Amino acid sequence: MIAERSVASRLFNSLNLILLIVIMLLCLLPVWYTLSISLSDKAAAAAGQVFLWPKGLTLGSYMTIMKDTQFFTSFFISVQRVVYGAAIAFFVILLMAYPLSKTSKEFKPRNIIMWALIFVMLFNGGLVPWFLTMKSLGMINNIWGLVLGGGLPVFNVILVMNYLRNMPKEMEESAMIDGAGPWRILFSVILPLSVPVLATILVFTIVYHWNEFFQALVLMNDAEKYPLQSYIKQVAVVIDPTKMDEEQVKRMSELSNQTLNAAKIFISMLPLLVIYPFLQKYFVKGITLGSVKG
Amino acid sequence: MIHRSFAKHFYIMLIPGLLWLIFFNLYPMYGVITAFKEFNPGVGLWKSPWVGLENFKYMFELDDSKIIFRNTVVIAFAKMIGNLIVPLVFALMLNEVKNRLFTRTVQTVVYLPHFLSWVIVGGMMLDIFSYSGPVNQVLESLGVEPVLFFANENAFPALVVGSDIWKEFGFNAIIYFAALTSINPEMYEAAAIDGASQWKRLTKITIPSILPVAALLATLSLGNILNAGFDQIFTMYNPSVYSTGDIVDTWVYRAGLIDFQYGLASAVGLLKSVVGLVLITISYVLAYRFANYRIF
Repeated sequence: MIAERSVASRLFNSLNLILLIVIMLLCLLPVWYTLSISLSDKAAAAAGQVFLWPKGLTLGSYMTIMKDTQFFTSFFISVQRVVYGAAIAFFVILLMAYPLSKTSKEFKPRNIIMWALIFVMLFNGGLVPWFLTMKSLGMINNIWGLVLGGGLPVFNVILVMNYLRNMPKEMEESAMIDGAGPWRILFSVILPLSVPVLATILVFTIVYHWNEFFQALVLMNDAEKYPLQSYIKQVAVVIDPTKMDEEQVKRMSELSNQTLNAAKIFISMLPLLVIYPFLQKYFVKGITLGSVKG
Repeated sequence: MIHRSFAKHFYIMLIPGLLWLIFFNLYPMYGVITAFKEFNPGVGLWKSPWVGLENFKYMFELDDSKIIFRNTVVIAFAKMIGNLIVPLVFALMLNEVKNRLFTRTVQTVVYLPHFLSWVIVGGMMLDIFSYSGPVNQVLESLGVEPVLFFANENAFPALVVGSDIWKEFGFNAIIYFAALTSINPEMYEAAAIDGASQWKRLTKITIPSILPVAALLATLSLGNILNAGFDQIFTMYNPSVYSTGDIVDTWVYRAGLIDFQYGLASAVGLLKSVVGLVLITISYVLAYRFANYRIF
Protein backbone atom coordinates (compact mmCIF):
# COMPACT_ATOMS: atom_id res chain seq x y z
CA MET A 1 0.00 0.00 0.00
CA ILE A 2 1.22 3.45 -0.86
CA ALA A 3 1.16 5.77 2.14
CA GLU A 4 0.18 9.40 1.58
CA ARG A 5 1.35 12.00 4.03
CA SER A 6 1.75 15.29 2.21
CA VAL A 7 -0.68 18.08 3.07
CA ALA A 8 -1.56 18.71 -0.56
CA SER A 9 -2.47 15.06 -0.99
CA ARG A 10 -4.69 15.01 2.05
CA LEU A 11 -6.45 18.16 1.00
CA PHE A 12 -6.96 16.76 -2.50
CA ASN A 13 -8.33 13.49 -1.14
CA SER A 14 -10.82 15.12 1.21
CA LEU A 15 -12.04 17.51 -1.47
CA ASN A 16 -12.34 14.61 -3.86
CA LEU A 17 -14.41 12.62 -1.38
CA ILE A 18 -16.73 15.54 -0.72
CA LEU A 19 -17.23 16.15 -4.45
CA LEU A 20 -17.98 12.48 -5.08
CA ILE A 21 -20.57 12.48 -2.31
CA VAL A 22 -22.18 15.58 -3.84
CA ILE A 23 -22.25 13.90 -7.25
CA MET A 24 -23.83 10.82 -5.73
CA LEU A 25 -26.52 12.90 -4.02
CA LEU A 26 -27.22 14.76 -7.26
CA CYS A 27 -28.02 11.41 -8.88
CA LEU A 28 -30.49 10.51 -6.14
CA LEU A 29 -32.08 13.89 -5.62
CA PRO A 30 -34.54 13.90 -8.56
CA VAL A 31 -35.83 10.46 -7.58
CA TRP A 32 -36.13 11.54 -3.96
CA TYR A 33 -37.89 14.76 -4.91
CA THR A 34 -40.39 12.84 -7.06
CA LEU A 35 -41.13 10.56 -4.12
CA SER A 36 -41.67 13.47 -1.74
CA ILE A 37 -43.98 15.24 -4.18
CA SER A 38 -46.00 12.06 -4.64
CA LEU A 39 -46.48 11.80 -0.87
CA SER A 40 -47.40 15.46 -0.42
CA ASP A 41 -50.64 17.31 -0.19
CA LYS A 42 -51.87 18.60 -3.60
CA ALA A 43 -52.07 22.21 -2.51
CA ALA A 44 -48.64 22.23 -0.88
CA ALA A 45 -47.08 20.75 -4.01
CA ALA A 46 -48.79 23.26 -6.29
CA ALA A 47 -47.65 26.14 -4.07
CA GLY A 48 -44.05 24.98 -4.34
CA GLN A 49 -43.60 24.24 -0.66
CA VAL A 50 -42.20 20.75 -1.16
CA PHE A 51 -38.48 20.43 -1.35
CA LEU A 52 -36.70 17.51 0.30
CA TRP A 53 -39.48 16.31 2.54
CA PRO A 54 -43.17 15.64 1.84
CA LYS A 55 -45.48 18.33 3.12
CA GLY A 56 -48.84 17.25 4.50
CA LEU A 57 -47.91 13.60 4.24
CA THR A 58 -50.64 11.64 2.44
CA LEU A 59 -51.04 8.46 0.45
CA GLY A 60 -53.90 10.06 -1.48
CA SER A 61 -52.14 9.94 -4.86
CA TYR A 62 -51.37 6.27 -4.47
CA MET A 63 -54.98 5.60 -3.46
CA THR A 64 -56.13 7.37 -6.63
CA ILE A 65 -53.82 5.21 -8.74
CA MET A 66 -55.27 2.08 -7.10
CA LYS A 67 -58.63 3.10 -8.58
CA ASP A 68 -57.16 3.93 -12.01
CA THR A 69 -57.96 0.85 -14.10
CA GLN A 70 -56.06 2.21 -17.11
CA PHE A 71 -52.88 2.31 -15.04
CA PHE A 72 -53.19 -1.39 -14.25
CA THR A 73 -54.16 -2.29 -17.80
CA SER A 74 -51.06 -0.50 -19.05
CA PHE A 75 -48.91 -2.09 -16.39
CA PHE A 76 -50.11 -5.51 -17.51
CA ILE A 77 -49.47 -4.69 -21.18
CA SER A 78 -45.92 -3.70 -20.26
CA VAL A 79 -45.37 -6.95 -18.39
CA GLN A 80 -46.78 -8.89 -21.31
CA ARG A 81 -44.53 -7.05 -23.73
CA VAL A 82 -41.44 -7.68 -21.59
CA VAL A 83 -42.20 -11.40 -21.23
CA TYR A 84 -42.90 -11.99 -24.95
CA GLY A 85 -40.04 -9.77 -26.02
CA ALA A 86 -37.48 -11.35 -23.71
CA ALA A 87 -38.51 -14.93 -24.49
CA ILE A 88 -38.43 -14.38 -28.25
CA ALA A 89 -35.19 -12.41 -28.23
CA PHE A 90 -33.54 -15.06 -26.06
CA PHE A 91 -34.22 -17.98 -28.37
CA VAL A 92 -33.81 -16.16 -31.66
CA ILE A 93 -30.48 -14.69 -30.60
CA LEU A 94 -29.16 -17.98 -29.24
CA LEU A 95 -30.18 -19.85 -32.40
CA MET A 96 -28.65 -17.19 -34.61
CA ALA A 97 -25.43 -16.59 -32.72
CA TYR A 98 -24.36 -20.23 -32.74
CA PRO A 99 -24.08 -20.74 -36.51
CA LEU A 100 -22.64 -17.26 -36.94
CA SER A 101 -19.92 -18.01 -34.40
CA LYS A 102 -18.46 -20.51 -36.88
CA THR A 103 -15.76 -19.42 -39.32
CA SER A 104 -16.78 -18.90 -42.92
CA LYS A 105 -14.88 -22.10 -43.74
CA GLU A 106 -17.11 -24.09 -41.42
CA PHE A 107 -20.30 -22.33 -42.47
CA LYS A 108 -20.06 -20.59 -45.85
CA PRO A 109 -22.80 -17.89 -45.72
CA ARG A 110 -21.54 -16.66 -42.35
CA ASN A 111 -19.76 -13.53 -43.59
CA ILE A 112 -22.54 -12.43 -45.93
CA ILE A 113 -25.07 -12.64 -43.08
CA MET A 114 -22.70 -10.77 -40.76
CA TRP A 115 -22.39 -7.90 -43.23
CA ALA A 116 -26.16 -7.81 -43.63
CA LEU A 117 -26.48 -7.53 -39.84
CA ILE A 118 -23.91 -4.74 -39.65
CA PHE A 119 -25.68 -2.85 -42.41
CA VAL A 120 -29.02 -3.16 -40.64
CA MET A 121 -27.43 -1.98 -37.41
CA LEU A 122 -26.02 1.17 -39.03
CA PHE A 123 -28.79 2.12 -41.41
CA ASN A 124 -32.53 2.40 -41.06
CA GLY A 125 -35.23 3.71 -43.32
CA GLY A 126 -36.50 6.28 -40.87
CA LEU A 127 -39.73 6.74 -38.98
CA VAL A 128 -42.28 7.21 -41.75
CA PRO A 129 -41.27 4.21 -43.90
CA TRP A 130 -41.19 2.16 -40.69
CA PHE A 131 -44.69 3.26 -39.77
CA LEU A 132 -46.09 2.61 -43.25
CA THR A 133 -44.59 -0.88 -43.47
CA MET A 134 -45.71 -1.74 -39.93
CA LYS A 135 -49.19 -0.73 -40.98
CA SER A 136 -49.09 -2.95 -44.03
CA LEU A 137 -47.93 -5.86 -41.82
CA GLY A 138 -51.04 -5.44 -39.66
CA MET A 139 -49.10 -4.22 -36.62
CA ILE A 140 -51.48 -1.41 -35.74
CA ASN A 141 -53.21 -2.00 -32.38
CA ASN A 142 -51.29 -5.24 -32.10
CA ILE A 143 -49.05 -6.20 -29.19
CA TRP A 144 -46.74 -8.01 -31.66
CA GLY A 145 -45.96 -4.65 -33.20
CA LEU A 146 -44.38 -3.67 -29.90
CA VAL A 147 -42.64 -7.00 -29.39
CA LEU A 148 -41.16 -7.31 -32.88
CA GLY A 149 -41.34 -3.77 -34.24
CA GLY A 150 -37.92 -2.69 -33.05
CA GLY A 151 -36.43 -5.24 -35.43
CA LEU A 152 -33.85 -7.94 -34.80
CA PRO A 153 -31.62 -6.81 -31.88
CA VAL A 154 -28.46 -7.01 -33.96
CA PHE A 155 -26.14 -5.67 -31.28
CA ASN A 156 -27.16 -8.49 -28.93
CA VAL A 157 -26.66 -11.11 -31.63
CA ILE A 158 -23.12 -9.82 -32.15
CA LEU A 159 -22.47 -9.76 -28.40
CA VAL A 160 -23.46 -13.41 -27.98
CA MET A 161 -21.67 -14.42 -31.18
CA ASN A 162 -18.41 -12.86 -29.97
CA TYR A 163 -18.78 -14.67 -26.67
CA LEU A 164 -19.31 -18.03 -28.38
CA ARG A 165 -16.33 -17.43 -30.64
CA ASN A 166 -14.04 -17.06 -27.64
CA MET A 167 -15.23 -20.33 -26.15
CA PRO A 168 -12.76 -23.23 -26.19
CA LYS A 169 -13.42 -25.42 -29.23
CA GLU A 170 -12.59 -28.63 -27.34
CA MET A 171 -15.95 -28.75 -25.54
CA GLU A 172 -17.88 -28.84 -28.79
CA GLU A 173 -15.45 -31.27 -30.41
CA SER A 174 -15.62 -33.79 -27.59
CA ALA A 175 -19.43 -33.60 -27.61
CA MET A 176 -19.32 -34.26 -31.33
CA ILE A 177 -17.06 -37.30 -30.88
CA ASP A 178 -19.58 -38.60 -28.38
CA GLY A 179 -22.15 -38.39 -31.16
CA ALA A 180 -24.04 -35.22 -30.26
CA GLY A 181 -25.77 -33.41 -33.13
CA PRO A 182 -25.86 -29.60 -33.57
CA TRP A 183 -29.08 -29.12 -31.59
CA ARG A 184 -27.85 -31.29 -28.74
CA ILE A 185 -24.56 -29.36 -28.68
CA LEU A 186 -26.34 -26.01 -28.72
CA PHE A 187 -28.72 -26.80 -25.86
CA SER A 188 -26.59 -29.12 -23.69
CA VAL A 189 -23.10 -27.68 -24.18
CA ILE A 190 -23.23 -24.11 -25.52
CA LEU A 191 -26.31 -22.90 -23.60
CA PRO A 192 -25.06 -23.82 -20.07
CA LEU A 193 -21.62 -22.36 -20.84
CA SER A 194 -22.94 -19.03 -22.08
CA VAL A 195 -25.24 -18.23 -19.17
CA PRO A 196 -23.37 -14.98 -18.32
CA VAL A 197 -23.76 -13.44 -21.78
CA LEU A 198 -27.32 -14.71 -22.14
CA ALA A 199 -28.26 -13.17 -18.79
CA THR A 200 -26.75 -9.93 -20.03
CA ILE A 201 -28.79 -9.81 -23.23
CA LEU A 202 -31.88 -10.85 -21.29
CA VAL A 203 -31.38 -7.86 -19.01
CA PHE A 204 -30.75 -5.55 -22.00
CA THR A 205 -33.98 -6.78 -23.59
CA ILE A 206 -36.07 -6.47 -20.42
CA VAL A 207 -34.95 -2.87 -19.84
CA TYR A 208 -35.49 -1.98 -23.49
CA HIS A 209 -39.04 -3.29 -23.58
CA TRP A 210 -39.95 -1.85 -20.20
CA ASN A 211 -38.65 1.63 -21.07
CA GLU A 212 -39.61 1.93 -24.74
CA PHE A 213 -42.60 4.25 -25.04
CA PHE A 214 -42.64 5.78 -28.52
CA GLN A 215 -43.66 2.84 -30.69
CA ALA A 216 -46.95 2.40 -28.86
CA LEU A 217 -47.79 6.10 -29.24
CA VAL A 218 -47.53 5.60 -32.99
CA LEU A 219 -48.89 2.08 -33.42
CA MET A 220 -51.74 2.04 -30.92
CA ASN A 221 -54.82 3.98 -31.94
CA ASP A 222 -56.41 4.04 -28.56
CA ALA A 223 -54.81 4.71 -25.20
CA GLU A 224 -56.27 1.57 -23.66
CA LYS A 225 -53.62 -0.43 -25.50
CA TYR A 226 -50.66 1.65 -24.27
CA PRO A 227 -47.94 0.04 -22.21
CA LEU A 228 -47.09 1.80 -18.97
CA GLN A 229 -44.38 4.19 -20.17
CA SER A 230 -46.50 5.39 -23.09
CA TYR A 231 -49.41 5.91 -20.74
CA ILE A 232 -47.22 7.94 -18.38
CA LYS A 233 -45.90 9.97 -21.30
CA GLN A 234 -49.33 10.75 -22.62
CA VAL A 235 -51.10 11.37 -19.34
CA ALA A 236 -48.54 12.46 -16.80
CA VAL A 237 -45.61 14.08 -18.56
CA VAL A 238 -47.18 16.29 -21.18
CA ILE A 239 -50.62 16.66 -22.61
CA ASP A 240 -50.18 16.52 -26.34
CA PRO A 241 -53.24 18.21 -27.82
CA THR A 242 -52.37 17.13 -31.35
CA LYS A 243 -53.19 13.51 -30.54
CA MET A 244 -56.49 13.97 -28.73
CA ASP A 245 -59.85 15.56 -29.30
CA GLU A 246 -61.00 18.45 -27.15
CA GLU A 247 -63.08 16.25 -24.86
CA GLN A 248 -60.08 14.10 -24.01
CA VAL A 249 -57.82 17.10 -23.40
CA LYS A 250 -60.33 18.41 -20.89
CA ARG A 251 -60.65 15.10 -19.14
CA MET A 252 -56.87 14.73 -19.01
CA SER A 253 -56.27 18.15 -17.53
CA GLU A 254 -58.90 17.55 -14.89
CA LEU A 255 -57.26 14.30 -13.96
CA SER A 256 -53.71 15.50 -14.17
CA ASN A 257 -52.07 17.04 -11.19
CA GLN A 258 -48.55 17.20 -9.95
CA THR A 259 -48.72 14.84 -6.97
CA LEU A 260 -50.61 12.18 -8.89
CA ASN A 261 -48.19 12.38 -11.80
CA ALA A 262 -45.23 12.10 -9.47
CA ALA A 263 -46.80 9.01 -7.91
CA LYS A 264 -47.29 7.48 -11.37
CA ILE A 265 -43.71 8.23 -12.32
CA PHE A 266 -42.49 6.72 -9.09
CA ILE A 267 -44.54 3.54 -9.37
CA SER A 268 -43.42 2.97 -12.94
CA MET A 269 -39.83 3.22 -11.72
CA LEU A 270 -40.36 0.65 -8.96
CA PRO A 271 -40.00 -2.60 -10.93
CA LEU A 272 -36.62 -1.43 -12.22
CA LEU A 273 -35.50 -0.34 -8.76
CA VAL A 274 -36.46 -3.75 -7.36
CA ILE A 275 -34.42 -5.74 -9.87
CA TYR A 276 -31.69 -3.09 -9.97
CA PRO A 277 -28.92 -5.12 -8.23
CA PHE A 278 -29.42 -7.87 -10.82
CA LEU A 279 -29.58 -5.33 -13.64
CA GLN A 280 -26.42 -3.59 -12.58
CA LYS A 281 -24.39 -6.78 -12.34
CA TYR A 282 -25.22 -8.00 -15.83
CA PHE A 283 -25.25 -4.63 -17.53
CA VAL A 284 -21.75 -3.86 -16.36
CA LYS A 285 -20.69 -7.31 -17.54
CA GLY A 286 -22.28 -6.69 -20.91
CA ILE A 287 -20.51 -3.38 -21.40
CA THR A 288 -17.17 -4.94 -20.56
CA LEU A 289 -17.91 -7.91 -22.84
CA GLY A 290 -18.82 -5.54 -25.60
CA SER A 291 -15.57 -3.65 -25.24
CA VAL A 292 -13.40 -6.75 -25.62
CA LYS A 293 -13.99 -7.61 -29.22
CA GLY A 294 -12.48 -9.82 -31.90
CA MET B 1 -13.58 -29.09 -37.36
CA ILE B 2 -17.33 -29.01 -37.67
CA HIS B 3 -19.04 -31.94 -39.34
CA ARG B 4 -20.41 -31.16 -42.80
CA SER B 5 -23.91 -32.39 -42.02
CA PHE B 6 -24.19 -29.56 -39.50
CA ALA B 7 -24.57 -26.90 -42.19
CA LYS B 8 -28.19 -27.69 -43.01
CA HIS B 9 -29.09 -27.52 -39.33
CA PHE B 10 -27.34 -24.18 -39.14
CA TYR B 11 -29.63 -22.85 -41.86
CA ILE B 12 -32.65 -24.01 -39.88
CA MET B 13 -31.33 -22.27 -36.76
CA LEU B 14 -31.01 -19.03 -38.70
CA ILE B 15 -34.58 -19.06 -40.02
CA PRO B 16 -36.37 -17.27 -37.13
CA GLY B 17 -33.72 -14.53 -36.93
CA LEU B 18 -33.64 -14.00 -40.68
CA LEU B 19 -37.45 -13.79 -40.86
CA TRP B 20 -37.41 -11.14 -38.14
CA LEU B 21 -34.67 -9.32 -40.02
CA ILE B 22 -36.50 -9.45 -43.35
CA PHE B 23 -39.91 -8.34 -42.09
CA PHE B 24 -38.95 -5.80 -39.44
CA ASN B 25 -35.58 -4.43 -40.58
CA LEU B 26 -35.29 -4.87 -44.35
CA TYR B 27 -38.93 -4.42 -45.35
CA PRO B 28 -39.13 -1.02 -43.58
CA MET B 29 -36.02 -0.05 -45.57
CA TYR B 30 -37.89 -0.79 -48.78
CA GLY B 31 -40.33 1.81 -47.47
CA VAL B 32 -37.77 4.56 -48.15
CA ILE B 33 -39.16 4.72 -51.70
CA THR B 34 -41.82 6.90 -50.01
CA ALA B 35 -39.20 9.66 -50.19
CA PHE B 36 -39.38 9.56 -53.99
CA LYS B 37 -43.14 9.32 -54.22
CA GLU B 38 -46.24 11.37 -53.75
CA PHE B 39 -47.75 9.02 -51.21
CA ASN B 40 -51.43 8.33 -51.55
CA PRO B 41 -52.85 6.19 -48.73
CA GLY B 42 -55.79 5.22 -50.94
CA VAL B 43 -53.70 3.33 -53.49
CA GLY B 44 -50.86 2.20 -51.25
CA LEU B 45 -47.13 2.68 -51.37
CA TRP B 46 -46.41 0.66 -54.50
CA LYS B 47 -48.98 2.36 -56.75
CA SER B 48 -48.38 5.92 -55.55
CA PRO B 49 -46.85 8.04 -58.32
CA TRP B 50 -43.10 8.64 -58.50
CA VAL B 51 -42.02 12.26 -58.15
CA GLY B 52 -38.24 11.84 -58.36
CA LEU B 53 -36.39 14.30 -56.17
CA GLU B 54 -39.35 16.68 -55.68
CA ASN B 55 -39.54 15.97 -51.93
CA PHE B 56 -35.83 16.69 -51.52
CA LYS B 57 -36.09 19.93 -53.50
CA TYR B 58 -38.98 21.05 -51.32
CA MET B 59 -37.01 20.17 -48.20
CA PHE B 60 -34.12 22.45 -49.17
CA GLU B 61 -36.55 25.30 -49.78
CA LEU B 62 -37.95 25.07 -46.26
CA ASP B 63 -36.51 27.35 -43.59
CA ASP B 64 -37.28 24.63 -41.06
CA SER B 65 -34.74 22.23 -42.48
CA LYS B 66 -31.79 24.54 -41.81
CA ILE B 67 -32.97 25.08 -38.24
CA ILE B 68 -33.55 21.43 -37.43
CA PHE B 69 -30.22 20.29 -38.88
CA ARG B 70 -28.42 23.06 -37.01
CA ASN B 71 -30.19 22.25 -33.70
CA THR B 72 -29.46 18.56 -34.16
CA VAL B 73 -25.74 19.09 -34.71
CA VAL B 74 -25.41 21.64 -31.89
CA ILE B 75 -27.15 19.44 -29.31
CA ALA B 76 -25.50 16.21 -30.46
CA PHE B 77 -22.04 17.80 -30.50
CA ALA B 78 -22.44 19.28 -27.01
CA LYS B 79 -23.63 15.88 -25.74
CA MET B 80 -20.69 14.18 -27.41
CA ILE B 81 -18.16 16.44 -25.70
CA GLY B 82 -19.92 16.32 -22.33
CA ASN B 83 -20.36 12.56 -22.43
CA LEU B 84 -16.66 12.09 -23.11
CA ILE B 85 -15.23 14.49 -20.56
CA VAL B 86 -17.58 14.23 -17.57
CA PRO B 87 -17.35 10.40 -17.28
CA LEU B 88 -13.57 10.57 -17.74
CA VAL B 89 -13.10 13.12 -14.97
CA PHE B 90 -15.52 11.24 -12.75
CA ALA B 91 -13.71 7.92 -13.31
CA LEU B 92 -10.36 9.53 -12.52
CA MET B 93 -11.78 11.04 -9.33
CA LEU B 94 -13.25 7.77 -8.14
CA ASN B 95 -10.05 5.94 -9.04
CA GLU B 96 -8.16 8.01 -6.47
CA VAL B 97 -10.36 6.66 -3.67
CA LYS B 98 -8.99 3.42 -2.23
CA ASN B 99 -11.94 2.44 -0.04
CA ARG B 100 -13.73 -0.38 -1.95
CA LEU B 101 -17.02 -0.02 -0.10
CA PHE B 102 -17.18 3.68 -0.93
CA THR B 103 -16.36 3.24 -4.62
CA ARG B 104 -18.89 0.39 -4.95
CA THR B 105 -21.61 2.51 -3.35
CA VAL B 106 -20.89 5.50 -5.58
CA GLN B 107 -20.90 3.30 -8.69
CA THR B 108 -24.20 1.67 -7.76
CA VAL B 109 -25.85 5.03 -7.27
CA VAL B 110 -24.53 6.78 -10.39
CA TYR B 111 -25.45 3.91 -12.73
CA LEU B 112 -29.08 4.12 -11.64
CA PRO B 113 -30.33 6.98 -13.87
CA HIS B 114 -29.22 5.07 -16.97
CA PHE B 115 -31.94 2.49 -16.36
CA LEU B 116 -34.77 4.98 -16.13
CA SER B 117 -36.69 5.70 -19.31
CA TRP B 118 -36.73 9.18 -20.81
CA VAL B 119 -40.40 9.43 -19.94
CA ILE B 120 -39.48 9.14 -16.27
CA VAL B 121 -36.38 11.34 -16.44
CA GLY B 122 -38.22 13.86 -18.59
CA GLY B 123 -41.11 13.91 -16.13
CA MET B 124 -38.77 14.42 -13.19
CA MET B 125 -36.86 17.19 -14.95
CA LEU B 126 -40.07 18.99 -15.89
CA ASP B 127 -41.01 18.90 -12.20
CA ILE B 128 -37.63 20.00 -10.88
CA PHE B 129 -37.31 22.91 -13.30
CA SER B 130 -40.98 23.83 -13.14
CA TYR B 131 -42.18 27.24 -12.04
CA SER B 132 -42.69 26.13 -8.45
CA GLY B 133 -40.01 23.43 -8.50
CA PRO B 134 -36.92 23.22 -6.29
CA VAL B 135 -34.58 25.02 -8.69
CA ASN B 136 -36.83 28.06 -8.79
CA GLN B 137 -37.29 27.85 -5.02
CA VAL B 138 -33.52 28.12 -4.60
CA LEU B 139 -33.34 30.97 -7.11
CA GLU B 140 -36.17 32.76 -5.33
CA SER B 141 -34.46 32.50 -1.95
CA LEU B 142 -31.44 34.13 -3.62
CA GLY B 143 -33.67 36.94 -4.82
CA VAL B 144 -33.79 35.90 -8.47
CA GLU B 145 -37.06 36.00 -10.39
CA PRO B 146 -38.39 32.47 -11.14
CA VAL B 147 -37.70 31.29 -14.68
CA LEU B 148 -39.91 29.06 -16.81
CA PHE B 149 -36.94 26.94 -17.90
CA PHE B 150 -38.71 24.57 -20.25
CA ALA B 151 -40.36 27.39 -22.15
CA ASN B 152 -37.10 29.31 -22.54
CA GLU B 153 -35.39 28.78 -25.88
CA ASN B 154 -31.98 29.77 -24.52
CA ALA B 155 -32.16 27.40 -21.57
CA PHE B 156 -33.64 24.44 -23.42
CA PRO B 157 -30.52 23.06 -25.20
CA ALA B 158 -28.55 23.33 -21.94
CA LEU B 159 -31.28 21.43 -20.08
CA VAL B 160 -31.28 18.73 -22.75
CA VAL B 161 -27.51 18.32 -22.70
CA GLY B 162 -27.33 18.58 -18.91
CA SER B 163 -30.02 15.99 -18.24
CA ASP B 164 -28.46 13.64 -20.77
CA ILE B 165 -25.10 13.89 -19.01
CA TRP B 166 -26.86 13.44 -15.66
CA LYS B 167 -28.51 10.26 -16.93
CA GLU B 168 -25.52 8.71 -18.65
CA PHE B 169 -22.23 9.88 -17.10
CA GLY B 170 -22.05 7.08 -14.52
CA PHE B 171 -22.78 4.47 -17.09
CA ASN B 172 -20.36 5.92 -19.62
CA ALA B 173 -17.66 5.78 -16.94
CA ILE B 174 -17.85 1.95 -16.83
CA ILE B 175 -15.58 1.61 -19.81
CA TYR B 176 -13.03 3.93 -18.18
CA PHE B 177 -13.22 1.93 -14.93
CA ALA B 178 -12.44 -1.21 -16.92
CA ALA B 179 -9.45 0.52 -18.52
CA LEU B 180 -8.23 1.88 -15.17
CA THR B 181 -8.23 -1.54 -13.51
CA SER B 182 -6.11 -2.92 -16.33
CA ILE B 183 -3.22 -0.54 -15.54
CA ASN B 184 -0.31 -2.53 -14.14
CA PRO B 185 -0.11 -1.79 -10.37
CA GLU B 186 3.67 -2.30 -10.47
CA MET B 187 3.98 1.02 -12.28
CA TYR B 188 2.41 2.81 -9.30
CA GLU B 189 4.62 0.94 -6.84
CA ALA B 190 7.76 1.74 -8.79
CA ALA B 191 6.75 5.40 -9.04
CA ALA B 192 6.04 5.55 -5.30
CA ILE B 193 9.44 4.07 -4.50
CA ASP B 194 11.02 6.72 -6.73
CA GLY B 195 9.19 9.31 -4.65
CA ALA B 196 6.50 10.38 -7.14
CA SER B 197 3.65 12.28 -5.47
CA GLN B 198 0.00 11.33 -5.86
CA TRP B 199 -0.43 14.15 -8.38
CA LYS B 200 2.59 12.97 -10.41
CA ARG B 201 1.25 9.42 -10.47
CA LEU B 202 -2.13 10.67 -11.70
CA THR B 203 -0.70 12.86 -14.47
CA LYS B 204 2.20 10.65 -15.53
CA ILE B 205 0.72 7.15 -15.24
CA THR B 206 -3.07 7.12 -14.95
CA ILE B 207 -3.99 9.77 -17.51
CA PRO B 208 -1.55 8.65 -20.23
CA SER B 209 -2.75 5.06 -19.82
CA ILE B 210 -6.39 5.98 -20.24
CA LEU B 211 -6.09 8.50 -23.08
CA PRO B 212 -6.12 5.89 -25.87
CA VAL B 213 -9.48 4.63 -24.59
CA ALA B 214 -10.84 8.19 -24.54
CA ALA B 215 -9.55 8.74 -28.08
CA LEU B 216 -11.23 5.56 -29.28
CA LEU B 217 -14.54 6.51 -27.69
CA ALA B 218 -14.29 9.99 -29.21
CA THR B 219 -13.76 8.50 -32.66
CA LEU B 220 -16.67 6.10 -32.32
CA SER B 221 -18.98 8.84 -31.08
CA LEU B 222 -18.38 10.87 -34.27
CA GLY B 223 -20.99 8.73 -35.96
CA ASN B 224 -23.63 10.09 -33.59
CA ILE B 225 -23.37 13.69 -34.70
CA LEU B 226 -26.92 13.57 -36.11
CA ASN B 227 -28.37 11.70 -33.14
CA ALA B 228 -29.47 14.36 -30.70
CA GLY B 229 -31.71 11.93 -28.81
CA PHE B 230 -35.28 11.64 -30.05
CA ASP B 231 -36.79 9.99 -26.95
CA GLN B 232 -35.42 12.69 -24.69
CA ILE B 233 -36.39 15.73 -26.72
CA PHE B 234 -39.77 14.22 -27.55
CA THR B 235 -40.60 14.04 -23.83
CA MET B 236 -39.15 17.45 -22.94
CA TYR B 237 -39.88 19.88 -25.74
CA ASN B 238 -42.89 22.05 -26.56
CA PRO B 239 -43.70 24.56 -29.31
CA SER B 240 -42.13 27.52 -27.49
CA VAL B 241 -38.64 26.02 -27.80
CA TYR B 242 -38.85 24.74 -31.40
CA SER B 243 -36.36 27.39 -32.53
CA THR B 244 -33.52 25.82 -30.51
CA GLY B 245 -34.88 22.44 -29.47
CA ASP B 246 -36.57 20.95 -32.52
CA ILE B 247 -34.32 18.29 -34.07
CA VAL B 248 -34.53 16.32 -37.30
CA ASP B 249 -36.18 13.31 -35.68
CA THR B 250 -38.87 15.26 -33.86
CA TRP B 251 -39.58 17.33 -36.96
CA VAL B 252 -39.90 14.18 -39.07
CA TYR B 253 -42.33 12.77 -36.51
CA ARG B 254 -44.54 15.84 -36.66
CA ALA B 255 -44.34 16.32 -40.41
CA GLY B 256 -44.93 12.63 -41.14
CA LEU B 257 -47.23 11.25 -38.51
CA ILE B 258 -49.11 14.34 -37.35
CA ASP B 259 -49.33 16.40 -40.58
CA PHE B 260 -49.27 13.36 -42.91
CA GLN B 261 -46.61 14.81 -45.23
CA TYR B 262 -45.29 11.29 -45.74
CA GLY B 263 -43.06 12.01 -48.75
CA LEU B 264 -41.38 15.07 -47.29
CA ALA B 265 -40.83 13.48 -43.87
CA SER B 266 -39.40 10.34 -45.47
CA ALA B 267 -37.02 12.45 -47.55
CA VAL B 268 -35.70 14.31 -44.51
CA GLY B 269 -35.40 11.04 -42.56
CA LEU B 270 -33.61 9.36 -45.45
CA LEU B 271 -31.11 12.20 -45.77
CA LYS B 272 -30.36 11.90 -42.07
CA SER B 273 -29.97 8.12 -42.26
CA VAL B 274 -27.62 8.29 -45.24
CA VAL B 275 -25.40 10.98 -43.72
CA GLY B 276 -25.43 9.03 -40.45
CA LEU B 277 -24.40 5.82 -42.21
CA VAL B 278 -21.48 7.57 -43.92
CA LEU B 279 -20.30 9.16 -40.66
CA ILE B 280 -20.53 5.94 -38.66
CA THR B 281 -18.68 4.04 -41.35
CA ILE B 282 -15.90 6.65 -41.35
CA SER B 283 -15.65 6.54 -37.55
CA TYR B 284 -15.47 2.72 -37.55
CA VAL B 285 -12.82 2.71 -40.28
CA LEU B 286 -10.77 5.27 -38.31
CA ALA B 287 -11.17 3.26 -35.10
CA TYR B 288 -10.07 0.12 -36.93
CA ARG B 289 -7.07 1.81 -38.54
CA PHE B 290 -5.75 3.50 -35.42
CA ALA B 291 -6.88 1.29 -32.55
CA ASN B 292 -7.50 -2.04 -34.30
CA TYR B 293 -11.07 -1.87 -33.03
CA ARG B 294 -13.46 -4.36 -34.59
CA ILE B 295 -17.16 -4.97 -34.12
CA PHE B 296 -16.86 -8.67 -34.90
